[in-house]
Amino acid sequence: MKTRIMAAPYLVWMSVFIVVPLLMVAYFAVTTDKGTFTVSYLADVGQYTNIFVRSIWLSVIATAICLVLAYPLAFMLSRMKKHHQGTMLMIIMLPMWMNFLLRTYAWMTLLGNNGIINYLLGLVGLGPYKLINTSGAVVLGMVYNYLPFMILPLYSVMEKIDRSVIEAASDLGSDPRSVLLRVIIPLSLPGVYSGITMVFVPCISTFIISRMLGGGSNLLIGDLIEMQFLGNSYNPHLGAAISLVLMAIVLVIMTVMNQFSPDDQVLI
Amino acid sequence: MRGTRRFALSLLCGALMINCCGCASSKKSRTVKAGYDKDDPQTVTVEDKDYYTRFKGQNKSINVYNWGEYVADGSEEGMLDTNKEFEELTGIKINYTNFATNEELYAKLKGGAASYDVIIPSDYMISRLIKEGLLRKVDMQNIPNSKYIMDSFKGLEYDPEDEYSVAYTWGTVGIIYNKDLVGIEEEDIDWDILWNEDYKDQILMFDNPRDAFAIAELILGYSINTEDPDELRAAAAKLTEQKPLVQGYVMDEIFDKMGGGEALLAPYYAGDALMIMDDNEDLTFAVPKSGTNLFVDAMCIPSSSREPELAEMYINFMCEPDVAYANIDYIKYSTPHSAAYEMLDDEVKNSKISYPDDKFIKEKTTVFTNLTPEAAKQMQDLWTEMKSAEDKNSNRWFVPLFLIICFAIIIVVLIRRHIKAKRDIF
Repeated sequence: MKTRIMAAPYLVWMSVFIVVPLLMVAYFAVTTDKGTFTVSYLADVGQYTNIFVRSIWLSVIATAICLVLAYPLAFMLSRMKKHHQGTMLMIIMLPMWMNFLLRTYAWMTLLGNNGIINYLLGLVGLGPYKLINTSGAVVLGMVYNYLPFMILPLYSVMEKIDRSVIEAASDLGSDPRSVLLRVIIPLSLPGVYSGITMVFVPCISTFIISRMLGGGSNLLIGDLIEMQFLGNSYNPHLGAAISLVLMAIVLVIMTVMNQFSPDDQVLI
Repeated sequence: MRGTRRFALSLLCGALMINCCGCASSKKSRTVKAGYDKDDPQTVTVEDKDYYTRFKGQNKSINVYNWGEYVADGSEEGMLDTNKEFEELTGIKINYTNFATNEELYAKLKGGAASYDVIIPSDYMISRLIKEGLLRKVDMQNIPNSKYIMDSFKGLEYDPEDEYSVAYTWGTVGIIYNKDLVGIEEEDIDWDILWNEDYKDQILMFDNPRDAFAIAELILGYSINTEDPDELRAAAAKLTEQKPLVQGYVMDEIFDKMGGGEALLAPYYAGDALMIMDDNEDLTFAVPKSGTNLFVDAMCIPSSSREPELAEMYINFMCEPDVAYANIDYIKYSTPHSAAYEMLDDEVKNSKISYPDDKFIKEKTTVFTNLTPEAAKQMQDLWTEMKSAEDKNSNRWFVPLFLIICFAIIIVVLIRRHIKAKRDIF
């Protein structure tokens, strides 16, 4: 009973600022200006299939790269001495203290045709290459901005893996490969799942990264939604419909992922 | 859109220089030049002081919603701080907020969440707001200073009877380009240069459909206000044809991209082009000879205004010759205010960029009007289609690959479940 009272502020917050807006999004998506029911906005979303596919595709790539980069790093981090861990964590968090926009903006100057990378390449007689305004640049922006969100959950799970469990596996005759495959990876899976969720979801709905690094020609769902609310095509109903479809897609993807996780680790 | 976020960008520039050790060294920090003398600070003389002081001491306030950096704000020594001056003169408090695009303004007004007393939208947005009943009629009797507005900025198509708006600034759209590297004189520039293969990846383009379509329509010889579905489709095809040559679709990013020499050619608004040219001396600006879009931003009062009388007073104040001059001198756009124009330096008055000759304006420029909802929607759809069109090669692979991956995942899931279920039996 006591815990329930303590949770009350958040429950109120959740219902007022999460559940109600969600219902409003759903309501907007299926009504017209005059408030009558329609599915035409949802049907209109169909014409943006390629934008959806591109967004999902780029986000999947970015999430995969994040996972590949973050996993060994998080493991290494969790095996370090405690005070070194603190320092390393701070270094990882450091870019996040800087404004998100500024970090992406810095990449614009780095990747530009007259940017630093092309300048350095020019010194050794290469290039200039077209780096900015490509989908590769968008993925790079996603990886750079969301990598810490992958490292942190992985690290916090791996930190809790008891060293003696690994030692026991080795004592019982496991070679390093099977220690990794049969002990470390299964034990770190919850971290992998939450890491993937925390990277994939913001990636798929981002709009500023694709605008700044994609040069406006790599339209993502986020851009499309932004255009419906603040952009040139003011159409909140279509925007709500796109958001609703996006939510459904994320939900499906997360449900599929849940099938892999241990039964007591269901995310949704 | 126009003249916005200048401050934010220069702030970013500054921060970047610290952050990545001079990686932004190719950019000069942007300073806004104001033509004021330290010893001669601006003073405002108003014609009828009683008109302004009648609400003094009543603790009133008005909400003004304007483009970013669109009034003189006293940010440099000797410059007039328009809003502060108004507050001191009238005792009315101003709540001043900014918007970045006409559409943002529209969304705010339409949403009805906020109440504004004075707004400064552009031509086509004004006619849209009028049509939807979101503006209230302005009583010109209460704005005696509207007499200063030049005749050529009265009775324009968006507000034919001058009932809703008082013009504030105007300008043209042209091409800003690097004259040395492009090697074409200003007089010879035309829109088709933006379709020239020689400048592949050196061209920037508007990131909003209205302006981008206007350029394609000018090349094709259509009206920039066309609502004909076939003409719109042809314009979209023209833009799709240009897409492989375009380095990026940008709005405010143009300040840095052109200023830093990232691209050679870009269409933009005259006032902002002047700012960019301050940064990068290699650049010049030309209004294409075949014609262009003339835009007008005008002061209006929304129908939801709670203090229309005070709003009219503010508009009148903005039309005081001294105030109008201070504003225009700072924001660098062109003025429709006859007295402010006379006060400008000869150099500015004769500038072809800010004040093209009357004959050109009359014959070759067109003001945007509001499109019908159908035409606007079609334009928007075509624009999204154009922007999301991939290079043919990669597009073919996206969908199948994605589907295969989805199927693979589902099959793996099913197999796993099957194995698990079997295991549970034993």
